[in-house]
Amino acid sequence: MLRFIVRRLLLLIPVLWGLSVALFLWVRALPGSPAQALLGERATPEKIRQIEIALGLDQPLYVQYWRFLEKALRFDFGTSIQSSRPVVEEMGRRFPATIELGVTALLIAVLIGIPVGYFAARRHGTWLDQLSVSASLVGITIPVFFLAYMLRYVFANQLGWLPNTGRQEARMLDVEHPTGFYVLDAIVTGNGPALSDALLHLVLPAVTLATIPLAIIARITRAAVLDVLNEDYVRTAEAKGLTARTITRRHVLRNAMLPVSTTIGLQFGLLMSGAILTETAFAFEGVGKFVAQAIPSRDYATLQGFILVIAALFVLINLLVDISYGLIDPRVRVR
Amino acid sequence: MSLQVAESAIQQAEHADEAGGGLWREAFRRLVRKPAAIIGAIFVAIFVIVAVFAPLIAPYSPTATDLSQIKGPGHIPGPSSTHWLGLDDLGRDVFSRMIYGARQSLVVGVVSMAFGMVGGIILGLLAGGLGGWVDATIMRFVDMMLAIPGLLFAIGIAAMLGQSLVSVMIAIGVVNIPVFARLLRGQMLAQREADYALAAKSLGVKRSRIILGHVFPNSLSPVIVQGTLTLATAIIEAAGLAFLGLSGADPAIPEWGRMLADTQKFLTSAPQLVFYPGIAIVLSALGFTLLGESLREALDPKNRR
Repeated sequence: MLRFIVRRLLLLIPVLWGLSVALFLWVRALPGSPAQALLGERATPEKIRQIEIALGLDQPLYVQYWRFLEKALRFDFGTSIQSSRPVVEEMGRRFPATIELGVTALLIAVLIGIPVGYFAARRHGTWLDQLSVSASLVGITIPVFFLAYMLRYVFANQLGWLPNTGRQEARMLDVEHPTGFYVLDAIVTGNGPALSDALLHLVLPAVTLATIPLAIIARITRAAVLDVLNEDYVRTAEAKGLTARTITRRHVLRNAMLPVSTTIGLQFGLLMSGAILTETAFAFEGVGKFVAQAIPSRDYATLQGFILVIAALFVLINLLVDISYGLIDPRVRVR
Repeated sequence: MSLQVAESAIQQAEHADEAGGGLWREAFRRLVRKPAAIIGAIFVAIFVIVAVFAPLIAPYSPTATDLSQIKGPGHIPGPSSTHWLGLDDLGRDVFSRMIYGARQSLVVGVVSMAFGMVGGIILGLLAGGLGGWVDATIMRFVDMMLAIPGLLFAIGIAAMLGQSLVSVMIAIGVVNIPVFARLLRGQMLAQREADYALAAKSLGVKRSRIILGHVFPNSLSPVIVQGTLTLATAIIEAAGLAFLGLSGADPAIPEWGRMLADTQKFLTSAPQLVFYPGIAIVLSALGFTLLGESLREALDPKNRR
């Protein structure tokens, strides 16, 4: 097990190195330049030249790459030109926001998706089953940001129950955020109003982001439970006279959870794609919105640093998912 | 000569286990009995008819402005007898723009799906047909592409290619290549071990002929199902890219994703402008998804009677 983990972690090095080269070349292949994006209408050849020298963009590519790599190894990704702050500082502010949003969304998707899929399978062929299947189809086909607007319109503009955009009210600006996870911060500092404010701001974005994973998890759970219910060992268990509860817990759920856990593990990519749209639609200051904004402003440092860290997190999450399979299914225990 | 006879026998054997008619004819028979398939087909038919005959259906030009209806700055007239869905912020007829928008969405959906499918088929065919190091190299490449979050990947390509509808279509197409490649390769590996392929091999039929003449055509049905489903996701992805500011260069050309993105600032004052294109995207995507899912079930041998 330990050898497996070490080998996978060592594999991270060539993957990240390859990605750093690809990213470095990609940002420089984007049409236009940071200097032009920064100056906009006021761009003159001399001014562009000045900024390029200041940013080190006048150097040959291999020199630029070497400088980037040397700094990145010390976890220094330079300065973001959109915010004029160090990229690492921006990461510290934005990763907690996106992780908080993503984890909440995944919790919603799992806690609702699995029971919905399970009961749909148990009531196979009834209107309840039909309803869950149709709802999950709509959930998959509705554009994330359209859903975001509809929810904002109904729950923020019309009903006024929930905040429209952002992560906190303006009056909460002086609240301290030691970790950047607003919900966690409020709990740690025992600040009740800040906690309810953070949670209320999380509801609509998290529900929006949860929709697609929820629909997928519900569908997979339904299909998996239907498959297991038809298995011989379930019939045997019934014939043995086991109670319905025991059969469900020991046989049906445990076996049906294998494909479901694989699916949950695969949701991180979708969550990241969804976070870009959700954060932009709710003006939620997270990683997705910052990276999406970095492209039009040709913020090289942000794009290189953020995407590299996202990719590293991805590989680590996949590793955790692989390890967790062994815990759920003894048959795939890794050696 | 004898080889030809044997081969035609194999061709018949490929379909022998299907009760009555070919795979597709039988799937079609199952398909028309499914309500979901019928609903999906109706949505898709409406979408395609509207897109093709847009100039005949739309009452106004999508770019013509009717300023007589606008009473002062910021006024956005709602639905009326002359303008069924009202006007947008520039005084253009929303109904006509919705009709013409179907064209763009259909083109984006079809072209990007075709791009992804053709690219995927080429890679999948090489990997599944040649095997060995070619297969290993292609599959590592495909795995790498699948490891990048789809939307981020599409944004990256679209941004690099510059602001145009063509770059959006290429971006969405490229992101879909690995999905098709993997699907076709997996299916071909399974088909290569099928009895008819082994029989052809034992008769001494050339490998290229087995792969191209038998294994490949028999591996295509899941790819076609995926293609139908990709039409839906491509339309949604194009809308997402438009929302993030990556769409065609000309804002006058109506496109649902862009209409939705451009009107977000009127969410409080004229929510209908956001609602119409959003619903249009949902319904067209739902049509392709229902059709694709039903097709998948109809082609699944498990459901064969």
